[in-house]
Amino acid sequence: METNNRPILEMQHIHKRFPGVHALNDVSITVYPGEVLALVGENGAGKSTLMKVLAGAVQPDEGTILIDGQPVAITNPRRAQELGIGIIYQELSLVNALSIGENIFLGDLPRHPRLPGKVDWPELWRRTSKVLEHVRLRIPPQTLVRDLSVAQKQMVEIARALARNVRVLILDEPTSALTLQETETLFNIIHDLRERGVAIIYISHRMEEVFTITQRVTVLRDGQLIGTLPTSEATEDRLISMMVGRDLSRLFSRAAEATGPVCLEVRGLRRAGVLNDISFHVRAGEIVGIAGLVGSGRTELVRSIFGADPIDGGEILLNGEKVTIRSPRDAVRLGIGLVPEDRKQQALFLRLAIRENISLPVLTRLGTPAFPSRAKERSLVADYIKSLRIRTPSMEQRVEALSGGNQQKVVIARWLATNPKVLILDEPTRGIDVGAKAEVHALIARLAEQGVAIIMVSSELPEILGMSHRVLVMRQGRIVANIPREEATEERIMAAATGQTEIAA
Amino acid sequence: MSVEDSGRQLATDATPVAEAGIAPSGSAISPRPMLAWATRVKELNILVALLILCAFLSLRSDVFLTQGNLFGVARAFSLTAIVAIGQTMVIITGGIDLSVGSVLALSGITTGLLLGEGWPLGPAMIAGILVGSATGLFNGLLITQVGLPPFIATLGTLSIGRGLVYVLTKGYPVTIPPEHQFLLKMGQGYVGSIPIPVIIMLIVTILGTLFLSQSTIGRYIYAVGGNEEAARLAGINVSLVKLLVYTLNSTLAALAGMILVARLVSAQPSAGLGFELPVIAAAIIGGTSLLGGEGTVLGAVLGAAIMGVLENGMVLLGVNTYAQQAVTGVVILLAVSLDMWQKRRRRRV
Repeated sequence: METNNRPILEMQHIHKRFPGVHALNDVSITVYPGEVLALVGENGAGKSTLMKVLAGAVQPDEGTILIDGQPVAITNPRRAQELGIGIIYQELSLVNALSIGENIFLGDLPRHPRLPGKVDWPELWRRTSKVLEHVRLRIPPQTLVRDLSVAQKQMVEIARALARNVRVLILDEPTSALTLQETETLFNIIHDLRERGVAIIYISHRMEEVFTITQRVTVLRDGQLIGTLPTSEATEDRLISMMVGRDLSRLFSRAAEATGPVCLEVRGLRRAGVLNDISFHVRAGEIVGIAGLVGSGRTELVRSIFGADPIDGGEILLNGEKVTIRSPRDAVRLGIGLVPEDRKQQALFLRLAIRENISLPVLTRLGTPAFPSRAKERSLVADYIKSLRIRTPSMEQRVEALSGGNQQKVVIARWLATNPKVLILDEPTRGIDVGAKAEVHALIARLAEQGVAIIMVSSELPEILGMSHRVLVMRQGRIVANIPREEATEERIMAAATGQTEIAA
Repeated sequence: MSVEDSGRQLATDATPVAEAGIAPSGSAISPRPMLAWATRVKELNILVALLILCAFLSLRSDVFLTQGNLFGVARAFSLTAIVAIGQTMVIITGGIDLSVGSVLALSGITTGLLLGEGWPLGPAMIAGILVGSATGLFNGLLITQVGLPPFIATLGTLSIGRGLVYVLTKGYPVTIPPEHQFLLKMGQGYVGSIPIPVIIMLIVTILGTLFLSQSTIGRYIYAVGGNEEAARLAGINVSLVKLLVYTLNSTLAALAGMILVARLVSAQPSAGLGFELPVIAAAIIGGTSLLGGEGTVLGAVLGAAIMGVLENGMVLLGVNTYAQQAVTGVVILLAVSLDMWQKRRRRRV
């Protein structure tokens, strides 16, 4: 390791206060060229604020920032760019209607040598192709960003940072939307960047990744620096206890064995090009995990069962009776709930209160159907805020003000209020912090024990293995394996997901 | 009325929390009623602005505060307010309805022509209002079934409606036969000293507020505008909600059409020309967000009131007629800028 080098970036004793919050309290970090520093902590620990300070989006109240040992003032995002700091946010910031090349060189497009004001297109495509090689993206530079996958867009963002001679690159949860192969590619690119001497600050909730690609880990909690240690000396348990400030004895809460009757049965479900002859069942009180690579049809399957996407054929039986589900409304009436993959886009009303978010599907059951009783609504919502430990000063709080974990609990509370027979959860803990994760897991396990049939889609194998009674593995729109809890291992699931072996369902 | 209505926020009843939940214990919820009340009563700003405007005008003009003038102003803005209530609901769902002026004229002309044919008053008025509702349903179908953007769908209806009006009347006003006293009272009559259009406006305001803030469908309207996909996945029939809202809005426009016919004793083919602009402005001044998901009935009425009082004040103060329109534009921009500035501040804290 080149840790004997001079640091490329030092942030010293950074303080930032927002009204009512000491968001950063004497935080110091150091980054060396050619290393990957992991920045971990629960949501609200101060990671984002610290990175915003570095990106020039937020001004610190106190503290010094040194680049190559020289104090600098990062007064705005443009200045950050000039200093060689690049940041790639979770929400990508590309212009969809423009080509890859235009996106990468936006603001700095090569000019035609003779015609003033005209872009030198051949030169732009040439330069773009060159940069794209560094991120191993082999697509024409003229391609519109709209037509790229999420992973490709991310590579374009990284390419853009490279084109601006980035020296410190911040990656904020870069793998949250990537498939395993794409993640692999990203790690290779990160490796290349290290060899070129770029320093990388890597923010992630996924422990495996921290251990795979980082050299040192810095832990933040409640705006304070808890410590920095070499990754080789860290263990998952140690990092988690540093992050949450307590020991989480068990990450996963397992539900007791399920012996209930078959609750939901799917027979021969088909959707052209997406789902191919899907059959399975879930017992009351059983947690069935659905694993598979991104794009294998997991989300499409659960959306079809819920009536959110149309199907071309197949039957769904609920408690042994054939049912017709043409819309989510039908599913909700039958007692099926879906906690979707993307809670902000598909589940939450960010500008409405917690109360309004939770009670929505059960309004017609609170007193008279047309005019729900406010008192009943309040007591219902208060129950769920309490039992799910949603942390909020009031049920009138807008949902946009909550952390990811609390937002997810609001979505789950909404479905619990409907007393579902079947609850489908698609990536239930994506983007929420470790503490909240454990709570959501415990909640799912308790629901199963109360007899709810649960289908849980997850890309996190430890979650699938830790929670499920049975694991279904999907590949290319089919269920390719049906593995009971005792026999499920990461290797076996991955083998089925990638098609190395097929185990009869 | 505003205070009472929003007073429900104060009634944070202390319903005992049952232990029936999944996990026992947990963080206590401490509602801060006063704070919640103050931040949630969005109409408060507009009310304060209206009162300041009134105070200023009463200092500058002896006529302004007279009962006659105030009721006159109220009667003048009552039509805008009634239609702005419907428009607000449309905008909350994330849509817009440009066709209200044409609907207002079309339903007025329908009633006028039927009366001329010798129809009795009741059926003629009902037919006029139904023409309005049908137009709204048509808008809703274009938007939900054909998938047209609301702006385009209602722009088309605006043009079709106005065209039909000119075809039906050949451009001439339709005079109302004088025997229909009841109709004329609707536009010109008083209960005590309150003009009847103002009373109609108050009734629509109360019913609209109850509907939007207390009913299940009212909540669905906010949900659809707040996040349409999430509303669908929560089991709400989004298309039905939209159909309802556009139909309701056009029905209110038709009601305004009736009142206008009654006031003028004739149905004018040019009635309500450009009416969509003050109506949308009233909704926006009243705190409705064009992005959807936000807005109240009371806000819309207060928005219409501000514009009405402003117009009256400029007449009283002798402001140049041409300048009046420009001042109205400035007020719209100021009101919305102030609103956005406050929202941004609230979000940052």
